[in-house]
Amino acid sequence: MTSTLDSAIAQSRNRGPLSHLINHQVFWVFLAALLACLALSVMTDAFATQRNLFNVSRNFAFVAIIAIGMTAVIASGGIDLSVGSTVVMSAMVISVVMAAGWPFWIGAAAAIGASLAIGLINGVLIAYAGMPSFVVTLGMLSAARSAAMVLSDNKMIWSFGPDHDLLLWVGGGSTLGLPHPLFALLALTLVMAFVFRWARWGQYVFAIGSNEQAAVLTGISVRPIKVSIYMFSAFTAGLAGILMAGWLGSVTTNLGTAMELTVIAAAVIGGANLNGGEGTVLGAVVGALLIEVIRNSLILLGISTFWQGMFIGTFILIAVAFDRIRHMQR
Amino acid sequence: MERLSLKGISRNFGAIRALENVSLELGAGEVMGLMGDNGAGKSTLVKIIAGNFRPSSGEIRIDGRKIDFHRPIDAQRAGIEVVYQDLALCDHLTAASNVFLGREPVRKLGPLRLIDYPAMHRQAGQLFAQLKSETRPRDVVRRMSGGQRQAVAIARTLLSKARIVLLDEPTAAISVRQVAEVLDLIRHLRDEGISVVLISHRMPDVFSVADRIAVLRRGSLVASKPVRQSSPEEVTGLITGAIEYA
Ligand SMILES: Nc1ncnc2c1ncn2[C@@H]1O[C@H](COP(=O)(O)OP(=O)(O)OP(=O)(O)O)[C@@H](O)[C@H]1O
Ligand SMILES: [Mg+2]
Repeated sequence: MTSTLDSAIAQSRNRGPLSHLINHQVFWVFLAALLACLALSVMTDAFATQRNLFNVSRNFAFVAIIAIGMTAVIASGGIDLSVGSTVVMSAMVISVVMAAGWPFWIGAAAAIGASLAIGLINGVLIAYAGMPSFVVTLGMLSAARSAAMVLSDNKMIWSFGPDHDLLLWVGGGSTLGLPHPLFALLALTLVMAFVFRWARWGQYVFAIGSNEQAAVLTGISVRPIKVSIYMFSAFTAGLAGILMAGWLGSVTTNLGTAMELTVIAAAVIGGANLNGGEGTVLGAVVGALLIEVIRNSLILLGISTFWQGMFIGTFILIAVAFDRIRHMQR
Repeated sequence: MERLSLKGISRNFGAIRALENVSLELGAGEVMGLMGDNGAGKSTLVKIIAGNFRPSSGEIRIDGRKIDFHRPIDAQRAGIEVVYQDLALCDHLTAASNVFLGREPVRKLGPLRLIDYPAMHRQAGQLFAQLKSETRPRDVVRRMSGGQRQAVAIARTLLSKARIVLLDEPTAAISVRQVAEVLDLIRHLRDEGISVVLISHRMPDVFSVADRIAVLRRGSLVASKPVRQSSPEEVTGLITGAIEYA
């Protein structure tokens, strides 16, 4: 008996790393992004310049950071439409606090605190009141942006008090030639890839998305975990909000508008399953990369950016079709 | 002393009287087949034992001790596990992850607590071997047959050292070969000294694996006797009402 078990395990390993790789959506998305990069380097002089690559890597980092949070939400069987509004809330809170003369770290703590509060409200309404995540976060999308407008009196903020330069350095600066948001993304990617695979919390996120009823019956504290998932998503949006404030050097209330759609697109293209139970950190990052490369290529090739939505939409459909085909094979 | 004893259990859902004064006993290592027509109250009875519902009246004793469950987790802590046909597995997780869901072994690495996958796979493999099932610990449940899924669910009950296992129609909607597999799993549970309640509409299943047979009709228990003293004909009569009581 044990020998058949062992041989079976060995057999499943013998399918080899290559076929394993090819079965993963992340691989194909990465390949697509890579091919696009290669084509652009050949077709234009502007793509492979240090300046352009710097911009691409920084721009994609914002979306990728939030897409990691979104992947946790989607893998748990939910959706978070309020991330764009959480971005502006976070950016506005840090701006207002710093403009009032407080140091950077207090502003940042307040911004993260405000974001976590948004996630907490989302999570409690979804997990304890049993309301659908789509509806709750749709309401929050509207409410949080409105709160940011009230907070700032709908004015642009471009002066951030005594730590003004520090904020600009954190969000817009670079170290070793790499933009700072990329470091934040790298750290978040490593930590969360680890958590998804090795921590119980990660396992439970997927269990809840796969079969919430079963998760409840096994005694997992499903409700607190669901709350923590929405708080994590809000945290990633809050982090991106702080970095974006520093990058732009000014904050207006339309920051992050419609960003939730790009973020969801990145997660889905990267293999997150809107029915729950599936999604990877690497997928979210690679999905965000592909979207930014497409956007960049349209600009460089002189094609109207109006086409961007068409490309992203097509990639979403391809990603979902790919998923269907994979499941049909089995 | 009986492993499980129910005394005068009744349960109402509004005006519906789903169970009426049900009393029965189940010994250690005994398999009871619970039969009855649709809506007779079988699932309701199992859910009461498993802590999903509380009885409107009556008392439940396990090994002589009176118990009162408020939530399923209370029943699990008392050694009662339920196996549902489709309800309780996570399709996207592996067999081993499902077996250990909610009680994953962890290894400490400084302040971190990591899931101990090697231990999990090893132990799950041992449980499947114990059940003589070909289920592989690393396989994702979505790609498994109905019989293998049952093996995963039943391995969970072994892991938790359950004393009473309730199976609600485990052989509905699976192939004949898989039914034989599941019945074998039930025999293995019995050999471990676990008491089993098997709900089934399939007469041959019940007669091949059960020691006792209990029949519910419109919420009332109309028979509870050793299988040897009964027959499929009698049970059919009891289910339909052609035979009043046995
Ligand atoms: N949660 C509930 N709320 C209201 N009525 C219920 C509930 N659960 C069960 N009932 C009713 O109790 C009665 C017994 O139902 P139960 O599910 O126990 O039957 P069963 O014997 O398991 O039937 P089946 O063979 O179809 O599974 C039925 O009349 C059913 O409609
Ligand atoms: Mg039933």
